[in-house]
Amino acid sequence: MNSLFEYLLRLGDDSLIIGHRLSEWCGHGPILEEDIALSNIALDFIGQSISIYEYASEIEDKGRTADDLAFLRFDREYKNLILLEQPNGDFGMTMMRQFLFDSYRKLLFESLINSCDDRISAISIKSLKETKYHLKHSSEWVIRLGDGTDESNKRIQDSLDTLWRYTAELFYEDDIDIELKSSKIIPPMKELKEAWYNNVKEIFSRATLTIPNNNWEYGEGRRGVHSEHLGYILAELQYMQRAYPGMEW
Amino acid sequence: MKDQDISKLEQKFQEKIDNDIKIEPRDWMPDDYRQTLIRQISQHAHSEVVGMLPEGNWITRAPNLRRKAVLLAKVQDEAGHGLYLYSAVETLGANREQTIDDLHSGIAKYSSIFNYPTLSWADMGAIGWLVDGAAIMNQVPLCRCSYGPYARAMVRICKEESFHQRQGFEIMTTLMKGTVQQKKMAQDALDRFWWPSLMMFGPNDEDSKHTAKSINWKIKRHTNDELRQMFVDATVPQAELIGLKIPDKDLVWNKERGHYDFGEINWDEFWQVVKGNGPCNNHRIETRKKAKENGLWVIEAANAYEQKRKIKKVS
Repeated sequence: MNSLFEYLLRLGDDSLIIGHRLSEWCGHGPILEEDIALSNIALDFIGQSISIYEYASEIEDKGRTADDLAFLRFDREYKNLILLEQPNGDFGMTMMRQFLFDSYRKLLFESLINSCDDRISAISIKSLKETKYHLKHSSEWVIRLGDGTDESNKRIQDSLDTLWRYTAELFYEDDIDIELKSSKIIPPMKELKEAWYNNVKEIFSRATLTIPNNNWEYGEGRRGVHSEHLGYILAELQYMQRAYPGMEW
Repeated sequence: MKDQDISKLEQKFQEKIDNDIKIEPRDWMPDDYRQTLIRQISQHAHSEVVGMLPEGNWITRAPNLRRKAVLLAKVQDEAGHGLYLYSAVETLGANREQTIDDLHSGIAKYSSIFNYPTLSWADMGAIGWLVDGAAIMNQVPLCRCSYGPYARAMVRICKEESFHQRQGFEIMTTLMKGTVQQKKMAQDALDRFWWPSLMMFGPNDEDSKHTAKSINWKIKRHTNDELRQMFVDATVPQAELIGLKIPDKDLVWNKERGHYDFGEINWDEFWQVVKGNGPCNNHRIETRKKAKENGLWVIEAANAYEQKRKIKKVS
């Protein structure tokens, strides 16, 4: 197994799956300005997934294209975080999911900029710019909704309670990470955890939200074991490629 | 105000119109002109926003990454157009939320084309090519509309629409170069969207109650039938170029007129869809209403948060 290829799938699948979820908001946002923002962010993620899969396809070197990787793998071959495939729920649930992820992604790209792999470094430079905007947007909403009305506080606290269990997986580490870490391609993930925790804690305190007392480490998305939701995402995502195999679009 | 004063103002207003001087938000304008613009621009804004839905329907199922990104960008452009247009409506003193409520209650209209379902990927091609193509025919002359904010919004919108039209035609072209299944899919999309696209230009001139006044005020520059003819003339050769057949047995090139003659539009269908009986009218409006209702708590929270922040600043 090629560790770099596997790692790129994790990175690319995160972008694709969260991009897919956000794109479901298109036309349904709470106000037009947010409709635009959510579609814009979705578009950034789809763009990231394209650059990452293109590189993965070169590394694999078996003739599979970026589209083949995005559309023609089986569910157990997708390596995204389980957090990202969770349903959109209400706007608060979407913003909470986004905030938990953005605050992780920002730290990750800040480190990956220094990767000794030039392509990963270049992708990270571009993606970091986007991620900073995403994080600003999602953290502002978390604060607004947390410190808004009683109803909004309750709703977003519920979202945090629901999603918190999936955050341990953000810092999952296995042999692939250890190998890439030792060749200085990726940072030591566990070291990012403390910074991440402090950042989210600060925002939650401004949002008057309470971090759930649940530290159970759940989530095997990185090994391809997903929630029930991924199957339905793939059914939509892959519909055209499966129904009309081998055609140009 | 005295009648005499009003007639002076009206005279000055008409002079500006006649000399192609733009009317700006603070200028005096006849009430009727203002109401006509509010109706037309808000209808246009609603069309952009409702129009996000039929295409939004295919974003999660787009066949490859590039098409997905382009479609997302396109639908996002439409939301942006909606936003400029609602801002243009507000310069006339109308309230954006009120005009949206009028849409939801059925008082305000939007382009009927969006009441047809998008059933296949080829519909993304047909909509870009035909619907955005028809929109361009309608909108390019609006860049010279007498009302400044509308005219300026249209300049930017038209640039983006022209990109949308090309991407739609490119989808159709790719399908027509593809397999038998893809060609069938493209032809089927054209068959379903051709007539509704012709209906986008509105009733025939003799039945259009707003046209004469709008032309006099230079809000509109061409009649519905003129624009429809321009659209047919531009689109038929494009269809032929890629091997699609226009579903109209009466379509024929008229050498004397230098235009295509085409068949009679099914006006019963047109009025039924306008009245709300099209295949997707209920679904579209319900979707928009639900988006607003589901978002109310978010707006309330944002307002409450802003209030708290102001109080904190003062104290």
